[in-house]
Amino acid sequence: MKVRIWPGTRPVPVGFWQGAFVLVLLALGVVTVLRFTRGLGATTNLSDEFPWGLWIGFDILCGVGLAAGAFTLTAVVHVFNLRRFEPIVRPTLLTGFLGYMFVIVALMFDLGQPWRIWHALVFWNPHSVMFEVAWCVMLYTTVLAVEFSPVVFEKLRLERPRRILHAISTPLVIGGVLLSTLHQSSLGSLYLIVPAKLHPLWYSPALPFLFFTSAVGAGIGMVILESYMSGRAFGHRLALNLLEPLSRAMVVVLSLYAILRLQILRKNGALASLNPPGYEGTMFLIEVGLGVLLPVSLLLFSKVRTSERGLVIASFLVVLGFVMNRLNVSVTGMEGAAGVRYLPSWMEIVVSLGLVAIGMAVFTLAVRFLPIFHDQPEREESGRFAHHMGPAEV
Amino acid sequence: MSVGLLFDATRCVGCGACSAACKEQNDLPLPIEAQPTAYTWTTVQAIAGTHMRRLCMHCLEPTCVSVCPVGALRKTEEGPVTYDAERCIGCRYCIMACPFGVPKYQWDRAIPIVGKCIMCADRVRAGQETACASACPTGATLFGERDDLAREARARIDRSPDCYVDHIYGLEEAGGTSVLMLAGVPFEALGMRTDLPRQSLPMLTWRVLSKIPDFVVLAGAFLFGIHWITQRRDEVRQATNKSGSDSENGTRDGGGTDAAGRSGRQGRRS
Repeated sequence: MKVRIWPGTRPVPVGFWQGAFVLVLLALGVVTVLRFTRGLGATTNLSDEFPWGLWIGFDILCGVGLAAGAFTLTAVVHVFNLRRFEPIVRPTLLTGFLGYMFVIVALMFDLGQPWRIWHALVFWNPHSVMFEVAWCVMLYTTVLAVEFSPVVFEKLRLERPRRILHAISTPLVIGGVLLSTLHQSSLGSLYLIVPAKLHPLWYSPALPFLFFTSAVGAGIGMVILESYMSGRAFGHRLALNLLEPLSRAMVVVLSLYAILRLQILRKNGALASLNPPGYEGTMFLIEVGLGVLLPVSLLLFSKVRTSERGLVIASFLVVLGFVMNRLNVSVTGMEGAAGVRYLPSWMEIVVSLGLVAIGMAVFTLAVRFLPIFHDQPEREESGRFAHHMGPAEV
Repeated sequence: MSVGLLFDATRCVGCGACSAACKEQNDLPLPIEAQPTAYTWTTVQAIAGTHMRRLCMHCLEPTCVSVCPVGALRKTEEGPVTYDAERCIGCRYCIMACPFGVPKYQWDRAIPIVGKCIMCADRVRAGQETACASACPTGATLFGERDDLAREARARIDRSPDCYVDHIYGLEEAGGTSVLMLAGVPFEALGMRTDLPRQSLPMLTWRVLSKIPDFVVLAGAFLFGIHWITQRRDEVRQATNKSGSDSENGTRDGGGTDAAGRSGRQGRRS
């Protein structure tokens, strides 16, 4: 079905997903009003016993983690100079930037007084991991915006800013890699201070390192998944020659991660809580079994790595396992000490869902109107500026 | 020297005068709730055949002070852990991290702040005792120098070992707290955590945070080094490629060695 939204415009196709998108946006609008007029208690299932819920566990921890593809790939291409991966850097940067915007908007919902967020700039407490997190979010979002801006300059055919950016690209990329490394690991450090609250299946002094490695693994998984999804939407094939080696890197990173985690559990005696598994144990087994061990074993077979379906399924499992890990750390592992069970309210879910939907919509629009995919020929109707700016630059 | 409180559950009759005095002193709205909330900073609970007070323990090295990104929570020189509502952004990390579950949030307000016992910091600074201690009719809550209180607690246990469990709660928990507690029944039974580490918790994160400057310098240098080497190798390869293609030397085929070199490198990398 096609609907003309405004007289004189081209008809827009309206299907199930478009309808669902509009509904979610409407719900998001309602919940936003409720959240800021009635407060957190009326809209969330958070409490003094359980002060951090879905918005921290999914929106913040997963939003940042799944953006890790951006720094991983910029490091691969610009630090290690493996230039053949260049064609997939741009969509990754875009996802990274949108992921961080998602985190910032979600934070506006979660903070009790978000209009005071600038306080982190003025009132310093370098002893706080949250202080580090705040600075990393701010600085790395800026770096991502600058790293992505050549795409926009290219579109607008602005040659000078592009050249300036090219000149500073190496320190910029290295700064970005450092910031992400700090940020990914600091999200794990947030939980270092609750040794008596976080279940031993997840608590470890190595949390910062575990968060970093799992984010690199899941970041690569996201790169493969989004290549697949945008490939489907825009009708180009998966670049298996690039994604197959990336999946091997993912196997290496995740194996390292799995071995380290199992060693930690063996040493701190937490494996005992798996027999019988119980609530925490079951969640742990699903997370590590389905989200780490299964995809790693699958990807050991070259048949899986070189088939589009195999790659996509394995990457999906990795991303799923990553999301489960963050939710287990922030929710499952904290419930025991809190003495309460936490399930998000429908309003919390609407906010997370709505923000993800907006992020995906912006990604789709950006891919359509900006030169994101290198092999994508510029379309006449989208290349509005081309008519005014003369011949294309080199 | 810093001050503190000594609560002796064996002397508490559960009258609740401390809660009422706290409400008045800190301009908190009534009623006095059964459990501590953002509006009721201290309660007395009848539990396990005795009466137990709940209040902020005022750690010597407070977790909340260390985790607050904007420094809204402070450990004052005198001993109280205070809260500056004007700074607070509402991240609730203090609530999440406190080993004693003390800070509470105004979940019912559109513009919420944290509520917790501040050990009547203004009174203490003016040389007075806390409102709860001065209201207590039985002396179950004593105000004084922490060292004196710790000695007094030890003396009470030694004097009547049958009346007390041999444990001064707060002497070592989470690195020690300004509030000390005595009881006739084990503290687990009173809902107090006894599995807390003996070291101060902020050290756990500071150990990592304090390494960041070194990490940035080292990792930055390392990454620049990698970039430098791989870039140079790229240039050399391109140069060899060029000279190889118009080389007079037929036996050393530049294109061939380059392809082999590259595939070998790819194999190693990925």
